Amino acid sequence: MTQTHVDYQLSQLDQLEAESIHIFREVAAEFEKPVLMFSGGKDSIVMMRLAEKAFYPAKIPFPVLQVDTGYDFPEVLATRDNWVNRLGVRLIVASVEEALAKGIVVDDGKTSRNRHQIGTLLNAIEEEGFTAAFGGGRRDEEKARAKERVYSHRDEFGQWDPKNQRPELWSLYNGRLHAGEHMRIFPISNWTELDIWHYIGREGIEIPSIYFSHQRRVFERDGMLLTESEFNPCKPGEEAAERTVRFRTVGDLTLTGCVESTASTIDEIIDEIAVARLTERGATRGDDRFSEAAMEDRKKEGYF
Amino acid sequence: MGADNALETAQNVGRNMDLLRFATAGSVDDGKSTLIGRLLLDSKSIFEDQLEAVEATSQSKGYDYTDLALLTDGLRSEREQGITIDVAYRYFATPTRKFIIADTPGHVQYTRNMVTGASTADLGLVLVDARQGLTEQSRRHAVILSLLRVPHLVLAVNKMDLVDFDEDTFKKIHAEFTSFATKLNIPDLEVIPISALQGDNVVNRSENMPWYQGPSLMHHLENVHVASDRDLVDARFPVQYVIRPKSDDFHDYRGYGGQLASGVLKPGDEVVVLPSGMTSTIAGIDLFDQEIDEAFPPMSVTIRLADDVDVSRGDMIARIKNAPTPSQDIDAMVCWMTTEPLRKGQKLAIKHTTRTGRALVKDIQYRLDVNSLHRDQETGELGLNEIGRVQLRTTVPLLCDPYAKNRTTGSFILIDEATGVTVGAGMINSGS
Repeated sequence: MTQTHVDYQLSQLDQLEAESIHIFREVAAEFEKPVLMFSGGKDSIVMMRLAEKAFYPAKIPFPVLQVDTGYDFPEVLATRDNWVNRLGVRLIVASVEEALAKGIVVDDGKTSRNRHQIGTLLNAIEEEGFTAAFGGGRRDEEKARAKERVYSHRDEFGQWDPKNQRPELWSLYNGRLHAGEHMRIFPISNWTELDIWHYIGREGIEIPSIYFSHQRRVFERDGMLLTESEFNPCKPGEEAAERTVRFRTVGDLTLTGCVESTASTIDEIIDEIAVARLTERGATRGDDRFSEAAMEDRKKEGYF
Repeated sequence: MGADNALETAQNVGRNMDLLRFATAGSVDDGKSTLIGRLLLDSKSIFEDQLEAVEATSQSKGYDYTDLALLTDGLRSEREQGITIDVAYRYFATPTRKFIIADTPGHVQYTRNMVTGASTADLGLVLVDARQGLTEQSRRHAVILSLLRVPHLVLAVNKMDLVDFDEDTFKKIHAEFTSFATKLNIPDLEVIPISALQGDNVVNRSENMPWYQGPSLMHHLENVHVASDRDLVDARFPVQYVIRPKSDDFHDYRGYGGQLASGVLKPGDEVVVLPSGMTSTIAGIDLFDQEIDEAFPPMSVTIRLADDVDVSRGDMIARIKNAPTPSQDIDAMVCWMTTEPLRKGQKLAIKHTTRTGRALVKDIQYRLDVNSLHRDQETGELGLNEIGRVQLRTTVPLLCDPYAKNRTTGSFILIDEATGVTVGAGMINSGS
């Protein structure tokens, strides 16, 4: 973007960036206590970059919140720390372990850690009194997300009411709230998976190394390749072996599957995605597989 | 589109690919979801697992063919009822262009969704069933797209396969619509005969309609010229956020963050800050850590001024000899979006660019019948999904232009102060 544009045309990626920066500034101006939800995944890293650009040379004027499942990939936590330190933002870690210990969320033995994130997250938002929480959701990810607003209103129970969403026109966002309510903000709503990868490539920013091809001991469960770890031992009949893999999404390591891949650069990842036959979530996230309406249900409860 | 094409598209996403936002209107019966499903499928934006799920559902419901509409109907209640109840956004790309579809339902009660989808669209796509011809609904869609100043319109005459690809049927609809469109503001109109179900003229030219010489729908979407729709003359920069680092490295830095609505601004330009009327010179324009030579829409930049003038959120930077007049008496077309009607004397919150204030409804001049374009002056109120001409008095001056000239500085939303809900969308005719 440093060259002069004789034709005054912005590429689609520059247009997306401009729109996202507009949203970040709008929220910082209109909400009393925003927070950026940071998972360490590629989408939330793009969010950090956009926030950095929106307020430069000032620091990002809100803290960063991470929900720690206790089963996070160490590579992801390392990347998170690098980003937080470089930008000098305050990091708040809301721990699922702690929420379980305090009885804020209850483990029935059947529910995944990903699902426990909902209660942990809502509790953190309530405790700190956040009025706006930025999330890295994209509308191309899943059918239920396709109808979500950029400003997505949550009631005092943190719930989303898909049938009663506020109309969202032009780039005029309505941030009105009642006491106890909050807004989820999705600045990268209009980005696709490929936009994210191209942006990471062109900005040259750090993402967790597990997105790139590496050797890992994995085993197969329900058609997914899962990481062998102390949290996730093999069951009888399962056998771990070293394979060349990479992750397409990051989350709870007991649930997040990887794919066999030799893609070790951004360009190779883009080529791989172009010919891929499975969508991001369906392929590798165990928690979305239960029903066609799984995402919609979790969103209503207050999932990211 | 083959695998090579998909690869080329994927690689071009980060290069000079441009963007077209379009809104679709039509009901399930017109085959809108089927058409969108086909655009997504043929541009390889749908993946195998999604297609398999839809094939399985279609089979279990006993359909003869794969119902592509199932790809797009997102919320469970919609799948159950078989209708689309809200605006949904879809994405696909071809090697030269990325597309964002605002997919809006066509039923009469969902005018507000169509207005929402059209508000950001460069192009509107209206579907009609070739067997039915123009309906009240298709006329209403065209009127709304015209009111929202969507610069390009495509009428897709669908289900041509069910009229034996008959040229006369198409010609009749074409002529009828063209005649109707003369009453509207539609700068660019294309009429295309298609079969969304069978793919005729969707991506490839149809062999079943040799009499049709025009482009396929996809070809038109890829090539329609949208760059010249932008206004590069009238500089309008609504100030969003004041950036003051207060750090050792940037001790005296004071920049104004915002997104350029129109026009081009350069360092050295003499500017006026509204509503105060103070003048200054642009000292520099920053895009992150780079100083740039010029800013143009829709760039989000940070502007620094040479003088220490008082500038805050809600102000606007414009050129001294080309600036909007601050106006508190606003004449506008309003689309009403809630069940409790809009009445004279009502007070609402108003958001215009980055400015928020309150508005008093001084008069409701008429209600526009979007089917007949008749102006009903007796009404005195606007109900849900109705559009009318309204006079407002605002507590703060709006730095506005007519909507016909500028879709950013000419638009506003109305908010119910008690519920916090967005209840109206406004398009300014004039301000004083």
